[in-house]
Amino acid sequence: MRKTNKLIVVMFIMTIAFIVTSCKQSGSNSGALNNSAAERVFVAPGEYDEFYAFVSGGFSGQLAVHGLPSGRLFKIIPVFSVDGEKAYGFNEETKPMLETSYGFIPWGDAHHPDLSQTNGVIDGRWCFINENNTPRIARIDLTTFETVEIIEIPNSAGNHSSPYVTDNTEYVVAGTRFAVPVPQRDMSIDQYKGNFKGAMTFVKVDPENGSMSLEFQILMPGFDYDKAHPGRGKSHGWFFFTTYNVEEANSLLEVNASQRDKDFIAAINWKKAEEYMKAGKFKTMPVRYAHNVYEDATHSATSTMKKTVRVLDPSVLPGLVYFLPTPKSPHGCDVDPTGEYIVASGKLSANVTAHSFTKMLKAIEDKAFDGEAYGIPILSFEAVNAGSVVQPGLGPLHTEFDGKGYAYTTFFISSEVVKWKLGTWEVIDRKPTYYSVGHLMIPGGNSQKPFGKYLLAMNKITKDRYLPTGPEVCQSAQLYDITGEKMELLLDFPTMGEPHYAAGIPADLIKANSKKFFKLEENNHPYATKSEAATKVVRKGRDVHIYMTMIRSHFAPDNIEGVKVGDRVYFHVTNLEQDYDVPHGIAMIGANTSELLIMPGQTETLVWQPTKPGVWPFYCTDFCSALHQEMQGYVRVSPRNSNIKLSWSLDGE
Amino acid sequence: MKRVVVLMMAGLFIIFLGCGGEKSADDQAKKIANPNGLTDFEIENGIGPVKEKIQLGEINVEMAKKGEETFIGKCAPCHKLDKRLVGPAQRYTADRRTPEYILNMILNPDEMTKRHPTGKKMLAEYLAPMTNMNLTLDQAKELLEYLRLVAKEGREKNIVADPVYRNQK
Repeated sequence: MRKTNKLIVVMFIMTIAFIVTSCKQSGSNSGALNNSAAERVFVAPGEYDEFYAFVSGGFSGQLAVHGLPSGRLFKIIPVFSVDGEKAYGFNEETKPMLETSYGFIPWGDAHHPDLSQTNGVIDGRWCFINENNTPRIARIDLTTFETVEIIEIPNSAGNHSSPYVTDNTEYVVAGTRFAVPVPQRDMSIDQYKGNFKGAMTFVKVDPENGSMSLEFQILMPGFDYDKAHPGRGKSHGWFFFTTYNVEEANSLLEVNASQRDKDFIAAINWKKAEEYMKAGKFKTMPVRYAHNVYEDATHSATSTMKKTVRVLDPSVLPGLVYFLPTPKSPHGCDVDPTGEYIVASGKLSANVTAHSFTKMLKAIEDKAFDGEAYGIPILSFEAVNAGSVVQPGLGPLHTEFDGKGYAYTTFFISSEVVKWKLGTWEVIDRKPTYYSVGHLMIPGGNSQKPFGKYLLAMNKITKDRYLPTGPEVCQSAQLYDITGEKMELLLDFPTMGEPHYAAGIPADLIKANSKKFFKLEENNHPYATKSEAATKVVRKGRDVHIYMTMIRSHFAPDNIEGVKVGDRVYFHVTNLEQDYDVPHGIAMIGANTSELLIMPGQTETLVWQPTKPGVWPFYCTDFCSALHQEMQGYVRVSPRNSNIKLSWSLDGE
Repeated sequence: MKRVVVLMMAGLFIIFLGCGGEKSADDQAKKIANPNGLTDFEIENGIGPVKEKIQLGEINVEMAKKGEETFIGKCAPCHKLDKRLVGPAQRYTADRRTPEYILNMILNPDEMTKRHPTGKKMLAEYLAPMTNMNLTLDQAKELLEYLRLVAKEGREKNIVADPVYRNQK
């Protein structure tokens, strides 16, 4: 009995202690809990993340939008692959986005997102991303979070050293990974050496509206071009590319392209290239490439086939390109925020190599050459090298910067991120990743102004990190706090496809500009219907055009008769809503395409070819209101020889 | 022992009160009387951008004409004049509600159907929420003139319109 009493008293005291502490915590934000990783990534219900992260969807072809530090997934933006959810590549409006010189391609391999910049600082206007397989660059408008432009890159194959953005978004670069015959032709593969070429493409970006155009290509020797980084600040005007396979092997590259002690970083002086262009030192080559543009005004895309490209030959244009010897098949190519150091990670080297831009300029001036390759001077390694981080780990890949004098490099083989100091090359800290990290991202970490608070590591292998989901598991990303001397692992979250690279940006630079709906008055879609009074159905031969509207919660018209087997029925559907977050969908039984998901004020088109007589229902796919289940309608389909006249109605009117 | 436990409980109760008791008794009383914290003006004239009584003159026929166009484009999908559809018949709205209420309902329907007692009652009746068409104040004023015009016409011609409530009183 006495024991029970004591227990009650102890419990009482503990309860009071608990209440008093929780009382205090609700008042102020201090306390031991503050230091926990959980609290630092916790974004309370209804509150916003501090950063957007645009994470590549890799072989899904898309781009994922996450919040940091929570890791929450907000949206998947379809870019290079069709998406039934959003009707991307399925509706008539977006089909032209996936046109190429090879025809309509429903899939792509998305690799590296990179953000537009002004004066070397990310500005939140556009996100660019490359497609590796069928070489293309896409531009995503960050007011609508939609893909608005895709340009195909001719003479390229494996568009991997792409799409990095210069200080003022003058250019987005698209470098080929694979060398190919230029122009393409039927020839023996073992004639590779000396005959294949690597095209480095400079895509010009209109500073006002972001519109992309193919300005020029530099036809480089037939190496593999792996990664690229524009010069920053003092090195603005230059572009740096890592190369491998300077051996020019065309088979069993894992052995034959690893023979030489050093490959190159190719330094391209694009300001010089502009001079040569102005002086007319280019050749115009016949090519074919698609340029696809989506307009918000018409909610529709057009595809144009372009016919020529202007090409510069560096072997006869002095001062355009120099080679910087760099150890062992370098992969990552990263320039620090000051523009002084060009950091390269030799995949097969134990060291991370940093070249000096200042030394490079001096070496060029002093003609400190160590031979040449196809007429391009090779600078002496000693003349350009600034230093090396010695044996920091195994399999170095990519480097980003925090703006405080530190660099962070990923190590694929030893599964870790290593923090080191620029200039002294000393290792400060290392933290494991789970597992086999590829790229890493610090918001703004490849620009002049990094926002050095978080580091996102993107891993290639996941294994046992999450609940198993059969043989195929997602890839994982890990978030580290990099505000202190030592990095701290905060969070581990799943990603879509393979997140090769990501681009992060403070949410404040984007969220105020995010569009909430499209104004009906500004809708110039040729089949837009702006009021129920204007709805109609028009027959043109075997094509039947339904001018339809949708609003909570009905279609107008919702009863249609007079359609016949063998007709091509176009549902041109306009969402009349003018409020935030009120999309409506439409799906038609038996249509050989996806649903439509239509934003307020937008018009989209679904094509249906009925094959059987009957009365066929359609309905709204997006739960829009309490009466969403009532949002439905019927189309009567009669035999081909029927005399039923075309008619349409809503509520008998 | 029982007494000790009771005392402890009483003590705990006081601590709890102290923890949460920042609001004055006055506030509490107000909250009970008016659960949404609306002012008398808001009860009568709705919640939204129109916060003062407006002066109405004779019906402005020119504005009413523009209002009719907006009505056909933006309102007709859910509202007829004399027939209940998705929303209530609009023939006599201008007789039923104050002008300020009508403007606030057009311009701020989300809050009106969440916080205003009449707006909430209407949502319960029709279940489909009044949609925000993002009209300007000028467009809403033109609609108001149109609603005043059709109400006048209805009275003159003895037009019968569907009542507002079918499921409630």
